[in-house]
Amino acid sequence: MPRPHFYLLAALLTALGISHFSDRIDPYHLDVIIGIGINIILAVSLNLVNGYTGQFSLGHAGFMAVGAYLAAAVSLFLGPKLLGASGGTALQQNALFLAALGVGGLSAAFAGLLVGVPSLRLKGDYLALVTLGFGEIIRVIFQNVEVLGGALGLNGIPAYTSIFWVLAFVALAVFVVTCLVHSTYGRGFLATHDDEIASEAVGLDTTRYKIIAFVIGAFFAGIAGGLYGHFKLTITPTGFSFDRSIEIVVMVILGGMGNTIGVILAAVLLTLLPELLRPIAEYRMILYSFLLIVLMIVRPQGLFNFKFGKVKL
Amino acid sequence: MTTQSESLNSQLSTPLSEFLQQLLNGLSLGAIYALIALGYTMVYGVLRFINFAHSDVFMVGAFIGYYAGKLVPENTIWGGLVVLALSMLGCAVLGMTIERLAYRPLRGAATLNVLITAIGVSLLLEYSGQVFFGAAPRTFPAIFPVKNFSVGGLVISTNQLSVIVVAALLMVALQFIVHRTKIGTAMRAVSLNPKAAQLVGINIDVVISFTFGLGSALAAAGGILYALNYPSIDPLMGVMPGLKAFVAAVLGGIGNIPGAALGGLILGTVETFVNGSQWSTYKDAIAFAILIIIMLFRPAGLLGKFTVEKV
Repeated sequence: MPRPHFYLLAALLTALGISHFSDRIDPYHLDVIIGIGINIILAVSLNLVNGYTGQFSLGHAGFMAVGAYLAAAVSLFLGPKLLGASGGTALQQNALFLAALGVGGLSAAFAGLLVGVPSLRLKGDYLALVTLGFGEIIRVIFQNVEVLGGALGLNGIPAYTSIFWVLAFVALAVFVVTCLVHSTYGRGFLATHDDEIASEAVGLDTTRYKIIAFVIGAFFAGIAGGLYGHFKLTITPTGFSFDRSIEIVVMVILGGMGNTIGVILAAVLLTLLPELLRPIAEYRMILYSFLLIVLMIVRPQGLFNFKFGKVKL
Repeated sequence: MTTQSESLNSQLSTPLSEFLQQLLNGLSLGAIYALIALGYTMVYGVLRFINFAHSDVFMVGAFIGYYAGKLVPENTIWGGLVVLALSMLGCAVLGMTIERLAYRPLRGAATLNVLITAIGVSLLLEYSGQVFFGAAPRTFPAIFPVKNFSVGGLVISTNQLSVIVVAALLMVALQFIVHRTKIGTAMRAVSLNPKAAQLVGINIDVVISFTFGLGSALAAAGGILYALNYPSIDPLMGVMPGLKAFVAAVLGGIGNIPGAALGGLILGTVETFVNGSQWSTYKDAIAFAILIIIMLFRPAGLLGKFTVEKV
């Protein structure tokens, strides 16, 4: 068995193991861990686009919204019909949840394709703005779809998200992104990031690479959205505004673009930071934003980027 | 504004006067967007980055106006002008401070880092605003005398007129500064080629600092004028107008000053018409739809020059 596949299997078994002890974990800690896991999925998937491929997307929350809404719609509207009034066994519920996440992820990936094909012709700040625009448009559309609750959002989503599912998808996202980037094919992402013109000159279809990175990133954002919806049990369009996208981008940049381990650490740190700063209540977000500015000035290559000599953003 | 324009609409009868009324509402909103857009476009011109904190300078401008408005007698023209001047001065200082402390250390760093710093400054201003001003919305005082008068079926409020007049005067003043003064020439030189500008003896730090001061002062004026028309202010009030003003700057051609004014007017008018139609719930999306269309078909903006990338 190739080593990455072994690691994936080991991670899945660990997730299964941990989920057996989840009753013994303090519920508050469990909540924080699930929150961290969801943020890791978001940050790692955005890292494929922003870090490895070098395209600056500011619309990740939009894809997360697509996943969250569609997954919630499956378990809310289809769930009762498939499982009956009793609610079904645990196995049936988990199967339904997996299907819901699949629907959420695939529809987010499709949205990624729709957004990516026209906008990836643009570069830098302009791409950032267009993706931001698309993210906001997705949010406004959900705000206007009455079936999905309009501005009030969806309530009463069944609580299917468990620690096992979160850890399993964290492992899967890390596995897919790492294997993809280190494969022969995936070198194209790095080449697109390093020098687009040179890549094109040696015959790489850079647009294709960008779109693939975008679609895979959107897929995992959709999965993360599905997990988030079945964890918070209620979703509103305002929860997926552009602040959320920025939060994810900050994790990627602090982690050091194109550095999966750093991005995971940054996601952990940035999810924990507001929790740890809770005692100073209203001043915590001031401190958070202040730290962000200071870190950008003192460590522009990212907090966890220790690759000396070849720092290039 | 929604309630105001709806109540105005109910007094109207003919489609033409309704059209003109909406046009007037749209132009006064557009003038505010234009004022904010000018700050974005000037900073982009000299530093090539999106100053996300600009929309929060706009918010601070409105709050300075709120506190200064208590010190001067209400409903007088000179009182209003004093408030306007104080707020513009305060924000100019704020903008220059932000540039000195947060952006200057990152001069020459990757665009993304500067962008994240700008986002950090923006969040810092928003959260500080929530702590120091309070998160609850406040009612902005009527600092200028307000009177409504009707001309041929059109209801014109003096607020709308003062928005358009003040915005027009400031834009003329800006045009004068940029094209007729020494510092304005230096600004244009830095925007064209920072290295060459330094070589001919332009102090680039002074120019950039001045640009931030000027842009922030215009944002403050925009904040006051916005608050006059939509008198509920809160620390997050800048986010949406800020984003839309940026769209306006891109629409007109980023880095292009007349373009920002044109973009603002177009965006304000389109948004007001959408708001008055049956698709009013999509009014926040329309700005972004315009942005995407313009990016795809004319990425340099309406008045911008398209540059070909050279290897």
